[in-house]
Amino acid sequence: MSIKTEPMVVNIGPQHPSTHGVFRMRVTLDGERITDAEMVVGYLHRSMEKLAEERTWTQNIPFTDRMDYLAAMTGNLSYCLAVEKLAGIDVPERGQYLRVLFAELQRIASHAMANGTFVNDCGAWQTPLFYMFREREKILDLFEMVCGARLTLNYIRIGGVAFDLPDEFMPQLQALVDELPDRMDEYDSLLLDNEILLMRSRDVGIVSPELAMNASLTGPMLRGSGIAWDIRKADPYCVYDRMDFDIPVGHQGDCYDRFLVRMAEIRQSLRIIKQAMAQLPPGPFAAQVPLSLRPPAGEIYSRIESPKGELGFYLVSDGGPTPFRWHVRSPSLINLSALREMMVGQTVADAIVTLGSIDINVGEVDR
Amino acid sequence: MPATKSISGPQLAERISGAVPDAVEETADGWVQLRPQSLVDVCRYLRDDREIDGRYLNSVSGVDKFDYFEVAYHVTSLSHNHTFALKVRADHEQPEVPSVVPVWLGAHLQEREIFDLLGIRFTGHPDLKRLFLWEGFPGHPLRKDFMALPGGEHPGLQRFPKEEPGQWGGEARVD
Repeated sequence: MSIKTEPMVVNIGPQHPSTHGVFRMRVTLDGERITDAEMVVGYLHRSMEKLAEERTWTQNIPFTDRMDYLAAMTGNLSYCLAVEKLAGIDVPERGQYLRVLFAELQRIASHAMANGTFVNDCGAWQTPLFYMFREREKILDLFEMVCGARLTLNYIRIGGVAFDLPDEFMPQLQALVDELPDRMDEYDSLLLDNEILLMRSRDVGIVSPELAMNASLTGPMLRGSGIAWDIRKADPYCVYDRMDFDIPVGHQGDCYDRFLVRMAEIRQSLRIIKQAMAQLPPGPFAAQVPLSLRPPAGEIYSRIESPKGELGFYLVSDGGPTPFRWHVRSPSLINLSALREMMVGQTVADAIVTLGSIDINVGEVDR
Repeated sequence: MPATKSISGPQLAERISGAVPDAVEETADGWVQLRPQSLVDVCRYLRDDREIDGRYLNSVSGVDKFDYFEVAYHVTSLSHNHTFALKVRADHEQPEVPSVVPVWLGAHLQEREIFDLLGIRFTGHPDLKRLFLWEGFPGHPLRKDFMALPGGEHPGLQRFPKEEPGQWGGEARVD
């Protein structure tokens, strides 16, 4: 005897603790198995690309803070690099080192947040999340010290950075760099062989290397599938070509591999920070940039490796004081391209874990 | 450390002309402009060719250039570490571009985004509908002639005028 079943549509989100923002999924279920998954976004759409066309090149920097608000520094950096390439502005060496230093601090903060919430989604309730928050908090204190803001930083400007380091910055950063490896060892021993985490995330949400490449996945999503591609190595910007670091990769592209890649990247970022601290040269930290910047007519596609992946800006200038077109290639949105392929065939509980491992930021998905 | 090289437009156009005849419309230093009808063939050739290996689509961007729309595709080869850019033009009245989703799955959401904000129809897209805005939203906001907001061409730089009763639909309010 066979039981007649009907597919059922379940709506997850937009207000749901596991969707990390106002993200909504419509999943079709056959029993416990997912047969179709569709994402519905736009709840946080602020039409930044249109707004940016009415503001000057410099006035657009704060928009980049508000895209990925957990990694505002890399948003600033990507946009400023694109404008500098378009306008032909050279950044002094100290400015470049400070950019690398803060971009890597931001990567640690963002990955700590991503892994903390991911482990939370897996069912290791709250404790790892708050451990990770503790490290992130110290980094945000450093940001506050240097620019007065903790989330929407607006620190990296066209031509350099906004302020030089205050005197008390370096000792506090040194203290963080000294204690973080021990903390990471502690988290590794707590989490890497953790039964809950392994049961929930091993062999879940597998992305094959072919799918990862075809669906334009970036960042830890791409590297978790075993493709060693990092724009910091492949197309170095700022002074990353002087830094010595490795690209961690996963083996089978499941959620656990993406978690491991992020954990390993925190350690690599720490290595880069140490080198940047040692090599930090004296001198000016920003170039003189005219207040009414008018880049020559033309277009540029410039990209960096943000914590979420490839953050690119496609800027078109008509020689005026405002951008003609201001397009963001946001990694959070494009990492969702393979959502259906990842979800179909899994259970609902696995869907939550899979979404957590993508590490989206809805501010950047919707813009 | 080798930085990413970009394949120059004329160089790429020569390769494309060898494989798909009569596909190139115009070339410049940084990009190749293709005829819309041969876009998918060219993209498939560039993806599968061993020497070009354009298997990784970085970004799809649409631009409103007043008289026409332009869609730009930025592609990278992860194995050879080089990039190139393709462009395609669409008519302003009836903008239509063939979809490259059969070639690169990564274009799926980006083409939906461009359809939503610029109103370019991607023919052959498996699920073409608005991404951010709701069905029934009037117009496409990233078009340069999008005048739905009060304030005309510079809605952000002026004070927001008082709304007319019933301007956005619904009942007129009587205070």
